[in-house]
Amino acid sequence: MSPRCSWLYRLPGRALLGGIRTLPTTRCPGLHRSLTSSAHPPQICIVGSGPAGFYTAQHLLRHHTQAVVDIYEKLPVPFGLVRFGVAPDHPEVKNVINTFTQTAHSERCTFLGNVTVGRDVTIEELQTAYHAVVLSYGAEDKRLLGIPGENLPGVYSARDFVGWYNGLPDNRHLSPDFSAETAVILGQGNVALDIARILLSPIDLLKKTDITQTALDALSNSRIRKVWLVGRRGPLQVAFTIKELREMIILPGTRPANNPSDYQNLGDFIKDLPRPRKRLTELLVKAALEKPGEKEALRRSQSDREWGLRFLRSPVAVLPSEDGKKAAGIRLSVTRLEGNGENAVAVPTGETEDIPCGLILSSIGYKSVPISSSVPFLHKNGIIPNSMGRVQDAPGLYCSGWVKRGPTGVIATTMTDSFDTAQSLLEDIKSGALNYSENRLGASAIRELLLLRGIQPVSFSDWEKIDAVEAARGAEVGKPREKILDPEEMLQLVCR
Amino acid sequence: MAAAARLLVTSRCLLAGSRAWYSGGQRIRSWLEQRAARLYSSEGKVTVKFVNRDGSTIVTEGKVGESLLDLVVEKNLDIDGFGACEGTLACSTCHLIFEDHIFEKLESVTDEEMDMLDLAYGLSETSRLGCQICLQPFMNGMTVKVPESVADVRQAVDMGKNS
Repeated sequence: MSPRCSWLYRLPGRALLGGIRTLPTTRCPGLHRSLTSSAHPPQICIVGSGPAGFYTAQHLLRHHTQAVVDIYEKLPVPFGLVRFGVAPDHPEVKNVINTFTQTAHSERCTFLGNVTVGRDVTIEELQTAYHAVVLSYGAEDKRLLGIPGENLPGVYSARDFVGWYNGLPDNRHLSPDFSAETAVILGQGNVALDIARILLSPIDLLKKTDITQTALDALSNSRIRKVWLVGRRGPLQVAFTIKELREMIILPGTRPANNPSDYQNLGDFIKDLPRPRKRLTELLVKAALEKPGEKEALRRSQSDREWGLRFLRSPVAVLPSEDGKKAAGIRLSVTRLEGNGENAVAVPTGETEDIPCGLILSSIGYKSVPISSSVPFLHKNGIIPNSMGRVQDAPGLYCSGWVKRGPTGVIATTMTDSFDTAQSLLEDIKSGALNYSENRLGASAIRELLLLRGIQPVSFSDWEKIDAVEAARGAEVGKPREKILDPEEMLQLVCR
Repeated sequence: MAAAARLLVTSRCLLAGSRAWYSGGQRIRSWLEQRAARLYSSEGKVTVKFVNRDGSTIVTEGKVGESLLDLVVEKNLDIDGFGACEGTLACSTCHLIFEDHIFEKLESVTDEEMDMLDLAYGLSETSRLGCQICLQPFMNGMTVKVPESVADVRQAVDMGKNS
């Protein structure tokens, strides 16, 4: 396949198609109809190039032979949370990038990076240029703890912390404090376990990943030896999945330090649990109660780092150091559960417990934000109201991924959900609910606007140049890549 | 490019073999049997019928020793999103449902595969991951079903918060 060039340098076929608009076809309805299927392909754009965006694009391109699908991305680099969220020591999860790259190489797909929808170009402008707009921009905000001391140095949101070690440009100056012995993570999901693993992993393991050099240097000097993961509810309500738990239990140089009494009465409940929860709970119980074999016992006794789950604790306040300049601990309210299973509610008992610590990470979930006042948004749930991906009361607008269903699930969840949205859109094309008889200019119209506004979009072949530089820099130090942290540097690499 | 992809596919199957090898004596035996099958019946072909999500069927032929994921990739079968992590046991998108009499004869499942199956949609009693099942002569003529991904089922098993 020939490299995809910037529109500025190559006259694209689509611009020629756009020119057809000037032909007097609209004055001749019969001719117009006969042209619709071949001359006017449905022009679709997707906002966001994470898994939701790419899986939606993949399904549309695969199941419609003519649809043109353009992907807009705020950053100069694609792949969203696959690049900036997936833990650096989970390279196998990043294999999805290979499929995304195939999608981006399609003749009918254009990647336009470095374009912030809502700032550089509006949703209304996209709706004028395209027949359909799919919102797949994810959940870029964090949920706040809402407790005193939350803003003290030493307290970070999981989102910022993960962004920092994964090279998200916005978080490159975070510089977290690793000078204390104990870290507390508020939350018991997979992100919380990812963070615990990064904090406790032997540095030699991390050196072989694509973690940023900045993070590697800071973690090399880290004094953190203990990590507690705190949850409001009990062991039957943890949100992480079993693969991540298993990894944590066998993490080299690290031993689990869990309180056996938390698990002793679970036996009766386990047999009636649905399979995933059952296996997860069995593993928790085994790790906490079963006497380890000789080899494992030796391994644990030789480990100088430890981690553990703390249940039935809800954060009340961050405790400041004596000089008041940074976090020195966290006050937790002791809770008890009302109700059973997934719906159990934590109720404060009135007791509190203080844990001294120098690093507090709040991992209580991500949050989507509205992109425009013209797009409906449910603030309470943090999602765009939709039915199978069709945005409520907004024909031609669709959504997929976290902004559609909330920030939960693994990549496969987002994959099926994105396929569903693409399927809804294809059904609307077929049924005529989405009318594409009128020609739309698609990317060429948007490029003109961007040119006027001084915005230079980054193409997929531009990204491949950045990718090559990152891979080469990584190879020098034995890593799969060394991510570039500064968007300006990325843009200079593709400067034309 | 295609050659590189095939190399990747082959090494994945060998990797699956070596993973089994580490897991204990019984595994070594079956792994050797598998290797032997690959060596001695290199001409051996196995016909597999896939029943896709929409109920349509695809009949194809694979080589003894290659995994069901290899087969789908190699023959470019039209199964949406199949094998997203490329056989590294990091997702459940190559989930397949087997016939009882075939399922009973499959190599025992590892904890790691079970962990991923836990997150699969439409999990059944005879579910396995296609990347972990290598074709063997006894599988000739078998039918495997690609599970439907129904929104309700999915939400019920969706417990991986902010992953």
